[in-house]
Amino acid sequence: MSFQEIKRTLGVALWFVFLTFPIMVIRVNQVDMTIQWRWYNMFYVGIGTFVGGLIWRFALARRKTPGKPAPAATTKTDTNETPADSAGGGSIKDRFARLWGTVTQQKYRRPIYAAGLVLLLAFPILSSLYQTSIMITALIYVMLALGLNIVIGLGGMLHLGYIAFFAVGAYTYGILYKFFGIGFWVALPLGAILATLAGVLLALPVIRLRGDYLAIVTLGFAEIVRIVFNNLTPITGGPQGIGGIPRPSLFGIDMNLSAATTYTYYIIVAAVALTIFVVWRFENSRLGRALVAMGEDDIAAEAMGIDITRTKVIAFALGSFWAGLGGVIFASRTTFINPASFTVWQSVIVLSCVVLGGMGSIPGVIVGALGLILIPEYLRAFSDYRMLMFGAILVTMMVFRPGGLIQKKRKAYTFQADAGEASS
Amino acid sequence: MSERILNVQDMTMDFGGLRAVNHVNITMDRGEIIALIGPNGAGKTTFFNCVTGVYTPTGGDVFINPPGEDERSIKGQKPSRIATQGLARTFQNIRLFGNMTVLENVMIGRHSRLKAGIAGALLRNRKTREEEEQVIHDSYEILKRIGLEQYVNDLARNLPYGAQRRLEIARALATEPFMLLLDEPAAGMNPQETKNLESLIKRIRDTENVSIFLIEHDMSLVMSLSERIYVMDYGKLIATGSPEEVKNNPDVIKAYLGEEVSA
Repeated sequence: MSFQEIKRTLGVALWFVFLTFPIMVIRVNQVDMTIQWRWYNMFYVGIGTFVGGLIWRFALARRKTPGKPAPAATTKTDTNETPADSAGGGSIKDRFARLWGTVTQQKYRRPIYAAGLVLLLAFPILSSLYQTSIMITALIYVMLALGLNIVIGLGGMLHLGYIAFFAVGAYTYGILYKFFGIGFWVALPLGAILATLAGVLLALPVIRLRGDYLAIVTLGFAEIVRIVFNNLTPITGGPQGIGGIPRPSLFGIDMNLSAATTYTYYIIVAAVALTIFVVWRFENSRLGRALVAMGEDDIAAEAMGIDITRTKVIAFALGSFWAGLGGVIFASRTTFINPASFTVWQSVIVLSCVVLGGMGSIPGVIVGALGLILIPEYLRAFSDYRMLMFGAILVTMMVFRPGGLIQKKRKAYTFQADAGEASS
Repeated sequence: MSERILNVQDMTMDFGGLRAVNHVNITMDRGEIIALIGPNGAGKTTFFNCVTGVYTPTGGDVFINPPGEDERSIKGQKPSRIATQGLARTFQNIRLFGNMTVLENVMIGRHSRLKAGIAGALLRNRKTREEEEQVIHDSYEILKRIGLEQYVNDLARNLPYGAQRRLEIARALATEPFMLLLDEPAAGMNPQETKNLESLIKRIRDTENVSIFLIEHDMSLVMSLSERIYVMDYGKLIATGSPEEVKNNPDVIKAYLGEEVSA
């Protein structure tokens, strides 16, 4: 790290102190009508920015000059074990990569999955009602992120209105209950189907759009849905929403809050499992491949005989299905829905789950969603700075790990060595 | 006995006031290798795009005659439908699916020859599984024929340039075309790679039963490969004939080298 860089970091820190002066230092006490000068905050901001800036520059410099053996390993050699040069490889990154390689080996995979599953199933027993409740929220987001992953991660279409389908699912249950007294288990498939239809409805006009244009249209669609729910007072209750929605029923047994939450928890776990199963099967199928190809290059995909219209509609429909399903479960969990739960901000959170976790990668998206929902819950003490941290994390991720936490790895195929050359 | 497989009649393509393709007539017989040449901006790629459905020509018509089927017009059809009927193409600027593996790229080419739908994908019944195994096997065979099998599981974007060009051809072949349209396949290749490409194209024509339509700037490749050449300039066909005829055609020389100003 050169002197020049330290000087520059210092400059940035001073500039930050100046910028944040009005909000961090001056405070108007509105009771006594006096001004408090919190000079010490200036000091903290300066030190914090300076240290943060140094770390940032250090990390950037490290990224530009990677360890000598590292870059090749990312593409070619990871199909085989790397026994030879590992003796000398000392950087933390290498060690971590090796550990990761060991952990993800085939023989450890099953026990790890099994352990995770047991932990997931035992979670309501091990923890409090509050924890279970948070976990339900997180799992709903996992489901949303997995669904959005079909559109964004596989299809490469920037979809900013995903929460609209979530709203459609939730309101399906809410309205059906309010007017017809229909219960959870009937509403569940209906909500999913209606959301799917809404997805197809949105897909048809946006077939020709891509990139930013698609993003704007989907964003607008989500706003239209929200505003309709907000203003259709006779049916949706307007901003007051719909209350008293029943929790999921189990053969008419009366359950207390704790039992009902546990029950909802298992329902969402099952729903997430189903989502994972379907998404996993879909992405390794003919249609899934076609969708990925379309995301990569739609002109080439079309020239290879892939019907873009059909593929896009399927992607939107399948993506929306999970949002609808999640929406019904969400409505039954909160027992109250209003349009404020379905703002653009929610779409952005789901999008961030997908992008941070790793577009197209199922484990990545799960980790991303769990992380983004659970961490803020457990860091309630810092809730004032949530947006600040959110932004910082996004920027950091985009600079240092643009592919997401767990990057998508394409499936490798093996062939019998009929010509003498085995490809592993 | 030659059999007409492509018949472009009076094709015109206008972009606003600009006429990129101007009343072009081109025909092609089964088993031929023909080339379309011309200076930059002559409208060659636009012509390809019109034939393969990227654009709908504003005038004229395109007829194809796939083996064992009736002659029919494909004008105005979607590119995916035209591809399914046996017209495969490559692109001037390589358009591979960069983040997919080499094998997957070829498997995408097989897409239109497969049937598995959404139910098959989710249930993964025996038929779907067998189809998947078949497509993996077929795609690998295609890679072997083109000589790319050592890259099977590499990402397409990590391939050397020449291999990427060949992968595009492999992907196009996977659609089981009766006609292959190659848009500047030798662009950016060194002489050795061009030579290999030449034998590859010949081999494809002879062994895969595919007719080849070539756009190319590398004259040595065009001259040695093609049986007939069409020359285009400013959207118009200015000459056609065997390589020898075209080489000595004064209009062609004028189009490429310009004309001496006579006072």
